[in-house]
Amino acid sequence: MTTGEFDQLYRELILDHYKNPRNHGLLEAADAQAEGQNPLCGDEISVSVRLGEGDVIEDVGFEGRGCAISQAATSMLTDLVKGKTAEDVASMPKEALLDELGIPLTPVRLKCAILGLGVLKLALHKAKGTPLPREWGTSVRDLVLE
Amino acid sequence: MAVTAPKLDARRLRADFPIFEQEINGKSLAYLDSAVTSQKPRQMLDAMTRFYETSYGNVHRGVYALSERATAAFEGSRQKVQALLNAPEAREVIFTRNATEGLNLVAYAWGFPNLGPGDVVLVTELEHHSNYVPWQYVARRTGATFAAIPLDDNGELELAALDGIERDGQVKVVATGLVSNALGTVNPVEKLAAWAHERGAILVVDAAQAAPHRTVDVQALGCDFLALSAHKMCGPSGVGAVWGRAELLETMEPFNLGGHMIRRVTFEETTWGELPHKFEAGTSPIAEAVGFGAAIDYLTAIGFEAIEQHEHELAEYALGRLGELPWVVTYGPSADRRAGIVSFNVEGVHPHDVAQVLDFEGVAIRAGHHCCQPLMRKLGVAATNRASFYVYTVREEIDRLVDGLHKVRKAFG
Repeated sequence: MTTGEFDQLYRELILDHYKNPRNHGLLEAADAQAEGQNPLCGDEISVSVRLGEGDVIEDVGFEGRGCAISQAATSMLTDLVKGKTAEDVASMPKEALLDELGIPLTPVRLKCAILGLGVLKLALHKAKGTPLPREWGTSVRDLVLE
Repeated sequence: MAVTAPKLDARRLRADFPIFEQEINGKSLAYLDSAVTSQKPRQMLDAMTRFYETSYGNVHRGVYALSERATAAFEGSRQKVQALLNAPEAREVIFTRNATEGLNLVAYAWGFPNLGPGDVVLVTELEHHSNYVPWQYVARRTGATFAAIPLDDNGELELAALDGIERDGQVKVVATGLVSNALGTVNPVEKLAAWAHERGAILVVDAAQAAPHRTVDVQALGCDFLALSAHKMCGPSGVGAVWGRAELLETMEPFNLGGHMIRRVTFEETTWGELPHKFEAGTSPIAEAVGFGAAIDYLTAIGFEAIEQHEHELAEYALGRLGELPWVVTYGPSADRRAGIVSFNVEGVHPHDVAQVLDFEGVAIRAGHHCCQPLMRKLGVAATNRASFYVYTVREEIDRLVDGLHKVRKAFG
């Protein structure tokens, strides 16, 4: 392993979010909640959200277990979405989060990275009926990325 | 005293495998994932190429020379599988896509007509999904009870639990792996076969993880069906086989329907062909079956005793080296009770991250649930890392694994 390869994927910011996740723990009084899995590697994430006026995300918390990429990406996501509306998050492309992560990802690891975003979208869909990504179809009850 | 088999020379055998001639991520390849699929020797690849170049045609069809040649090669491979498994008859060997398809064949074609409410379908907590999910499905569809033999803390089947399970109903099927793909545990199949037969049940064996590594004798095991995959034993992907007792296969309806598997077709009715054709609808994986035969020749020439001994030594060595690392936990039985598979976790680091860092080192291992989610739940983990060995595995590869784990620890610890 060259330092370059490792640092590219596990850059300091990622390791920091992994080791010290932000907004960790589910909210006591949540308006929206969902969970999801990535069965391939066993990543699991639950997200809960408190919404204010105009469905603005006031607070968000998550719990989960999985690889550094999945957990760090969800931690970064929670910082990113506070103050946004449910609609904003529903229409948020995955690139918005991937830009934040700023690392090259293989197709397998991409699923780790976007699991938290998918779970958040599902939570908002369940609570507020916001649209799900079109490629998921209409019958999604639990998010399982395969 | 038995004559000790000549030791296997892994370094010499490694030269038969073209895949090792390249670098991955700028490093020579340390391939420690043979349990998921094995690499391919030139002898097998050449046999398939030669077959395509000189003898390819569809089997059991044409009257011309090529078709006869292809048929002879295809049926020759069936006889090689028969010999490998010490099966009484070649017609009991059915070519499939893989072990999974073989197990589905048994679950559907034997399970549906023979199971109903009050019956028990018994699998094990160690089972790969391929010998778990089909039985769970058929049990649910027929109203039978689905049960699993639990594991003890060493990762071995708790046979004492059998009596309790029997109270749930009439046990009709016991389905078990011979070797666990996740932990390497070697299961007491002979005992389970005797227990099953005392109750009039059948015993179905998933030998996908055993056949590449040890002698598998269906008569000595006393099983009724046994499935294996070529790709895990130096053969190509896309072909496997299921063996079944002729008297059972003869009573079963076909699993797939179409060309080749018939005797006579009219608008009113179709009658089925003889074994094994009844279960081989459509064009078979012909060249793949020929490759499967060549792989069996390759492994037989090495000798299964020597292979088993080699892998046992590697498992012992790996468990010893991993045991030096206090922040690594290993799963499964002691080295003398397992095949060449070592599952482990690095404290505080997800297996996916472990495997990723190891990949930077050119070390390929598996990270995940190994198609054994019920087992992972039992172990209380989401996933594990797994290193698995084969005829071409050398100790240096295990040393590179251990060196890589130190780097994992340093990065995430």
